[in-house]
Amino acid sequence: MAVCVAVIAKENYPLYIRSIPTENELKFHYMVHTSLDVVDEKISAMGKALVDQRELYLGLLYPTEDYKVYPSHQLCRYGYVTNSKVKFVMVVDSSNTALRDNEIRSMFRKLHNSYTDVMCNPFYNPGDRIHSRAFDSMVTSMMIQVC
Amino acid sequence: MSPTQWDFPVELCCRPMAFVTLTGLDVVYNAVHRAVWDAFCANRRADRVPISFKVLPGDHEYPKCRPKRTSYEWYIPKGILKTGWMNKHLNLVPALVVVFYELDWDEPQWKEKQSECATRVEIVRQSLQGRNTKVAVVLIQKKTPLPPGEDVTASERAAALCNACELSGKSLFVLPHTDHLVGYIIRLENAFYEHAQTYYYTEIRRVKSHKEFLNKTTHQLLFVRHQFKIAFFSELKQDTQNALKNYRTAYNLVHELRAHETNILEIKTMAGFINYKICRLCFQHNTPLDAIAQFRKHIDLCKKKIGSAELSFEHAAWMSKQFQAFGDLFDEAIKLGLTAIQTQNPGFYYQQAAYYAQERKQLAKSLCNHEASVTYPNPDPLETQTGVLDFYGQRSWRQGILSFDLSDPEKEKVGVLAIQLKERSVVHSEMIITLLSNAVAQFKKYKCPRMKSHLMVQMGEEYYYAKDYTKALKLLDYVMCDYRSEGWWTLLTSILTTALKCSYLMAQLKDYITYSLELLGRASTLKDDQKSRIEKNLINVLMNESPDPEPDCDVLAVKTAQKLWSDRISLAGSNVFTIGVQDFVPFVQCKAKFHAPSFHVDVPVRFDIYLKADCPHPIRFSKLCVSFNNQITSVDLVLGHETGRCVVLNWQGGGGDAASSQEALQASRSFKRRPRLPDNELHWDSIVIQASTMIISRVPNISVHLRHDPPALTNEMYCLVVTVESHEKTQIRDVKLTAGLKPGQDANLTQKTHMSLHGTELCDESYPALLTDIPVGDLHPGEKLEKMLYVRCGTVGSRMFLVYVSYLINTTIEDKEIVCKCHKDETVTIETVFPFDVAVKFVSTKFEHLERVYADIPFLLMTDLLSASPWALTIVSSELQLAPSMTPVDQLESQVDKVVLQTGESASECFCLRCPSVGNVEGGVATGHYIISWKRTSAMGNVPVISTVITLPHVIVENIPLHVNADLPSFGRVRESLPVKYHLQNKTNLVQDVEISVEPSDAFMFSGLKQIRLRILPGTEQEMLYNFYPLMAGYQQLPSLNVNLLRFPHFTNQLLRRFIPTSIFVKPQGRLVDDTSIAAA
Repeated sequence: MAVCVAVIAKENYPLYIRSIPTENELKFHYMVHTSLDVVDEKISAMGKALVDQRELYLGLLYPTEDYKVYPSHQLCRYGYVTNSKVKFVMVVDSSNTALRDNEIRSMFRKLHNSYTDVMCNPFYNPGDRIHSRAFDSMVTSMMIQVC
Repeated sequence: MSPTQWDFPVELCCRPMAFVTLTGLDVVYNAVHRAVWDAFCANRRADRVPISFKVLPGDHEYPKCRPKRTSYEWYIPKGILKTGWMNKHLNLVPALVVVFYELDWDEPQWKEKQSECATRVEIVRQSLQGRNTKVAVVLIQKKTPLPPGEDVTASERAAALCNACELSGKSLFVLPHTDHLVGYIIRLENAFYEHAQTYYYTEIRRVKSHKEFLNKTTHQLLFVRHQFKIAFFSELKQDTQNALKNYRTAYNLVHELRAHETNILEIKTMAGFINYKICRLCFQHNTPLDAIAQFRKHIDLCKKKIGSAELSFEHAAWMSKQFQAFGDLFDEAIKLGLTAIQTQNPGFYYQQAAYYAQERKQLAKSLCNHEASVTYPNPDPLETQTGVLDFYGQRSWRQGILSFDLSDPEKEKVGVLAIQLKERSVVHSEMIITLLSNAVAQFKKYKCPRMKSHLMVQMGEEYYYAKDYTKALKLLDYVMCDYRSEGWWTLLTSILTTALKCSYLMAQLKDYITYSLELLGRASTLKDDQKSRIEKNLINVLMNESPDPEPDCDVLAVKTAQKLWSDRISLAGSNVFTIGVQDFVPFVQCKAKFHAPSFHVDVPVRFDIYLKADCPHPIRFSKLCVSFNNQITSVDLVLGHETGRCVVLNWQGGGGDAASSQEALQASRSFKRRPRLPDNELHWDSIVIQASTMIISRVPNISVHLRHDPPALTNEMYCLVVTVESHEKTQIRDVKLTAGLKPGQDANLTQKTHMSLHGTELCDESYPALLTDIPVGDLHPGEKLEKMLYVRCGTVGSRMFLVYVSYLINTTIEDKEIVCKCHKDETVTIETVFPFDVAVKFVSTKFEHLERVYADIPFLLMTDLLSASPWALTIVSSELQLAPSMTPVDQLESQVDKVVLQTGESASECFCLRCPSVGNVEGGVATGHYIISWKRTSAMGNVPVISTVITLPHVIVENIPLHVNADLPSFGRVRESLPVKYHLQNKTNLVQDVEISVEPSDAFMFSGLKQIRLRILPGTEQEMLYNFYPLMAGYQQLPSLNVNLLRFPHFTNQLLRRFIPTSIFVKPQGRLVDDTSIAAA
């Protein structure tokens, strides 16, 4: 189950960030922010080569489970980057069920589709924070669905 | 930091080396012994065998060996591993004892010495009673030994000595004290090393042999202990592969132990030790992934084994230590050449260690909050008789008790209380900060800037908890800009809130104000009630009053702070703070904007300053200052008054802060339609900062005209008349003219264009292409000024010319007189053309075109000058300058002097020349130059004449064998005799046979030789005289002369016709009118 979902702009500021439970919100913000180190590194390692075949899914960002941030739970951070360098970071609680890679992938794909819908909204100005009920409910569904 | 109970013992962390003691060496008073000892212990590089040496007296007491147990049946172990065991085998029980003894083979008192040596060996053996420790003897000798086998005495005495000391031959060594001491020592220690390995091998065998006596119910602890010992002995034996294998087995056995609250600490302690050894060996074997895997397994197995809830902080401390130790091992391996990566580096382990240290702190805070009345128990339950524990990881008040039931709950309670009270004195923050800073160093190295910042925030917060507000503020302030520049406002707000608390508690005015400004701003995610509180505090501070304390601060610290604040008020000092806003996001935004991108000098420059406050309540500013040079360099906004405290917000340039550029970008991308506002209001987003404007010179009010007659002719002094007329209302001063070739054109043009103010003399190369700043004086209103400029263009083509007029004028703007500089420029493109084309041709005296001329035979040079100028040209004169090879036949004076040529007209000249024989010259013979002096017909008299020099073409000269020329009158008359004389010149060095015949003609009768054959000698001339008698009037064909040269068949009559006339004009017979005609007849 996803415990935190974040959309990060190309310039690395947050466009959308939501986490449960809300009392640890700040810690999740830090988690997402520090994940960008690895995301940046992975993106620059990919380089410009193989643009067509480029994998958007970045995989597990940090191998370590966080013991303390979210007591007695194991958290995994996954990353995904769109072609326009917008990043998705997801923190998943894997202490009860270990999620398989393709499950994470499909969650990211769903997120990407929903993000694309947001972008298609003529009233949305790219680069603004996302305030979308549809996007919100999709994120909510991801946060509850698996658990 | 002094070692705490959680630190691993030194003997665990060191690299085990074989322990060898050296006896019989007097390293203090004996120089030879000292040298031997130095050779053993000094400069031990990695290539030497791993032995730790110690010098001991010969009668040293080694630890006693406990009697061998024959049966384990009734033996119940009291713990896993004794605390002294590792140290005992590293530093107390040697693998080998070496007895040094000074004895030469030719010692006169051999017997006595031998028995003394044997006694020494015996004493050593005595003190090692029951141990397997080896003994060896080294004889220190003064003489260099002979090669083995040659010294018979030596071998005999060696055998005798071995016998006396009960030594094998392999344990007796000789150390000659000679030049090669180090070499001998290295050989010696290699031999020692072998003995030591044998010793540890037997020790391993000995421990293994116990195994068969053990049973799984009562001896579980022994399984672990023995396995650990085997592994440790293997390490001493330097057999790290087997050591690793045995440690792994030992690790599994530890976790098979029955765990209970009473022994969980011992199990964890031993598991931690063994894990440390395994990880260490894995790194040593360069299998870091194995080390990491083992460590993760270790943590997974142990993290839930918390043990007693009352002492749960101990578990956190233990966990923290595990991570820290692994981080240290990892880091050490990296220093030895291992490469780490961004997602797997020691930083993570230090970070986890720090988290557990934080957890320890929190647990300690909740579990150790005893009231002040609770005193430390007496007698101290943590004290033991020896001062140390017998077994690792046991409780001091119940050592060696294996029962899971607490026999004495009261004692247990006291013990727990003692530990809890002790924990209170631990400085947790210091440990946390050390671990965090270790992690920071690692993440910095492995390109994790954000992780680094995050850890630095935590360090800052920890300093805040530790009440070191200065350091806290320093760290927080350092990382703030990272979060600000990336726009993570939630995180920034959280950091700012802590920073504000720090600055409040230290009563740091400027910091307090700065953080308040930003927390009130649009980047802050604080709720409005918080913002109101901060704004109220800010206003208080500006009024020179104390602010209210920040929430959730330490009560004592707040008291101190309140004192500090009241001191600040009473202290007289600088109360003006200047704060540059470009690096943060304050609650006032500023945008400065010039009305236009450019202004003329004599027009007032207008601009607007827009301010926007984001704070919840209205705020009053006292002053606004704008500084300029050519742009707005800064805007200062003053909060508060000088009477209280005064904050100057300083915007560099035309406003904008750390967040505004991104906002401006977003606003520019937006297609959102903004609702209409009343006329005097503006949308903030629609205001674009324009901090600079161009100040351009005043609009000139003069006219500049150019008058000239294009096109220009090559090399002439082309006249440009510049007329400047002032339309200004007042006098203009200092009028200056710059004229010439416009810069920036082809560089060759600059070389071939020359400007002059004087048309009377020709410009040469030294004249510039552009005349600058020619002063032309002052002009009154309406006055007109004319200036003549001359330009000489050396090449054809078009050129751009620039005429630039500048002047000064006094004007009055807003009652202030200023001097303005104005300028006006004109550009004109002028084409340059050739004035005329000159054509030159060679013709024979009969005006027939000549491909080549004949030596010594006159020919004509004709020049044809075709005017190409649209303006009439006057040819002042022309001149033919002949080359030395040419000679004129007659005078060469000009035939075209003062000729005026209109467009398309041409003027021709003709010169008769002769060229002497020159032999065969390649490319022909130079003819000379033709110089035409000319000017425009319209030009005034004083305009100089231009001379154009034309180089005449070369001509091919050819020799001919015979030249014929004819003497005959210019015309004949019917029935009047016409004498004709032909001259035949032999031009060769040969005698020429010539056949001459004259063909009759209908128009003439003639007398003379009709056909003749004759010889002409070289260089001579033959004359032939004929008398023709014309019969008809008109242009008549003469009887043709045919000449045939027998030696030169190529000499044709056709060639001949070029030299002699073929026809003549015959006039009709006229009446006799006067004497002249008679005389002519």
